Amino acid sequence: MLTFTIRRLVLAIPTLLFISLVIFLLLELAPGDPMAQVPLTVPPEVKERMREALGLGQPWPIRYWKWLVQFFWIEPQVLIDYYFGTTFSADDLRVISWQTRSPVMDIVVQRLPQTLWVVGTAYVVGILIALPVGIYSAYRQYSWFDNAGTFVTMVGFSVPPFFSGVLVIVIFSVQLGWFPSIYDTTLRVTDWDSLVLQLQQMVMPVMVLALQITSQISRFMRASMLDNLNQDYVRTARAKGLREKSVVLVHVLRNSMIPVVTVIALGIPGIFGGAIITEQVFKVNGIGQLLITAIQANDLPMVQTLTFIFAVLIVLFNLIADVLYGLLDPRIRYD
Amino acid sequence: MTDPAAEIHYDDKGVVEAIPTRPPRSQWAEVWQQLKAHKGAMAGAYLFIFIVLAVMVGPFIWHADPQFLPQGRDFINLRDTRPIYTALWDSGAKVNWAHPLGTDNLGRDTLARLLSGGRVSIAVGLTAMVLSILLGTLVGVVAGFFRKFDGPLMRLTDLFLALPLLPLILVASLLFREPLSNTFGTEGGIFILIVALIGITSWMQTARIVRGDVLALKEREFVLAARSVGTNPIQLMIRHLLPNVLSPIMVSATLGIATAIITESALSFLGFGFPPDFPTWGRLLNDSVDRMVLYPERVIWPGLLISLTVLSVNYLGDGLRDALDPRIRGR
Repeated sequence: MLTFTIRRLVLAIPTLLFISLVIFLLLELAPGDPMAQVPLTVPPEVKERMREALGLGQPWPIRYWKWLVQFFWIEPQVLIDYYFGTTFSADDLRVISWQTRSPVMDIVVQRLPQTLWVVGTAYVVGILIALPVGIYSAYRQYSWFDNAGTFVTMVGFSVPPFFSGVLVIVIFSVQLGWFPSIYDTTLRVTDWDSLVLQLQQMVMPVMVLALQITSQISRFMRASMLDNLNQDYVRTARAKGLREKSVVLVHVLRNSMIPVVTVIALGIPGIFGGAIITEQVFKVNGIGQLLITAIQANDLPMVQTLTFIFAVLIVLFNLIADVLYGLLDPRIRYD
Repeated sequence: MTDPAAEIHYDDKGVVEAIPTRPPRSQWAEVWQQLKAHKGAMAGAYLFIFIVLAVMVGPFIWHADPQFLPQGRDFINLRDTRPIYTALWDSGAKVNWAHPLGTDNLGRDTLARLLSGGRVSIAVGLTAMVLSILLGTLVGVVAGFFRKFDGPLMRLTDLFLALPLLPLILVASLLFREPLSNTFGTEGGIFILIVALIGITSWMQTARIVRGDVLALKEREFVLAARSVGTNPIQLMIRHLLPNVLSPIMVSATLGIATAIITESALSFLGFGFPPDFPTWGRLLNDSVDRMVLYPERVIWPGLLISLTVLSVNYLGDGLRDALDPRIRGR
């Protein structure tokens, strides 16, 4: 198992390098000019020098190499400096955003808490609802609960977040006036009242995201339970006189959770991508919204870095899912 | 397994002999039987056909021009009318029988815009699905059939699965917008762009499923038989392998329409899709979000149509998957 993990980790490095190259080359084609916003009165030679100051003067292999060095060598040093107070990265040039002229990773770190709060809560809430729903639907297959659950998950599957988000805003914020429609990120949770406000503004984005997550995971849970409920070991467990509760919740559930756990792991990076739309609807200024504004403003270092972070997450969680599968299911051995 | 349609006969030696009383049916008749029994799938199919027919035939019945902008005093009179049904609870609402679903802030007829938007959305969904299925089937069959292509093609599939697709689609839709618009005209260019982007980023699941099935089929006797009579590989793939992997392809095709429509609407919603004067459902939704407090119907109708279309297609795909799965057929 350990060798498998190490082998996969080593294999992930060329994959990620290749992905970063693909992203870089795609962005290289971008027609946008970072000097487009500079006033026309600025003489062309000054513009040329500004362009060089942004690092645009050199051919792309050199710029790609510099980005690699900045991302993989200098940024970790900055992180170490931040935690241990050392000065490894004192004068090194970091990945600089063209929009704000500040280091990209600093902005990402600023934006990350909002995304993690909203998306993370939604993911946890979604899983907590999905698992019991999936288990009970499968246990009482074709009951009214199962039919209703299947319908709701189908709807959750089909209604896109930019509609369900807008719909809950119309209902809960415009008509009923219960929750604010815009997520206020300047809110600091200091006392009970601000905590209530924070929860209130989180309800709607979490609801929208959790509906999607619930429908995906509960479908998987139901299918996986159904596969296992007809197995021979279930009959054996019942035959030897185990209580129904322990048959379903111990024997069947533990085996059914194997694929579901990997699906949950695989869904985590997808949620970062899917949250782009939800963040846009509720004006949460998280990672997704940062990406959209960066794309619109032609901020190539920012887009490159963010997209690459998404790619890292996908590769990492794919790896985690595979390792989990091997750990949980003794029938699977990667040797 | 007993066949209820078979009568049991005993001959003089007491050997049980089952004689089927109904004629054998083809596989597709069986699938159709199974699909007909699936209520959700049939409802989905009817709803989808209805929506497609409505957006295709609708503009011939409802003659209002979705691009027509009233001028002068008409502009003031005709803009921002509410749907007819708002008069039920709000007697002062500005309604107009000539515009049953109201008009937008420029006086364009909402019903006509919904119909023409639906045409584009569904056309994008269907074309992108065809492209993604073609790509996926090609990659899957080639990877499953030719051993030497298997490794590279599957690594390519893995690579595509590891790419963060939505960000890349967003970037690429800005990137190639200008050149394609210049070559094919604004609308044609963007149509091609969106279809190509969705198609290129959604073929991976189909490719994996098809490859798996082809790998299993390749070892079967009928392939050996076809090979031994000298069928060349291309013929073998088209005549013998493709018909056998048709069922997973059909399921992913149906579900592919749903994802394509959602992706297109998401792009339009984020402002990276079609231009404002070329409405799609996602674009209409995006345009109306700013004024949804006063005119919630402008948000609800396009959103409802997107959701209903996707829901119907998903139900159809679900039923099709059940009907095509021989393990649960006849249950």
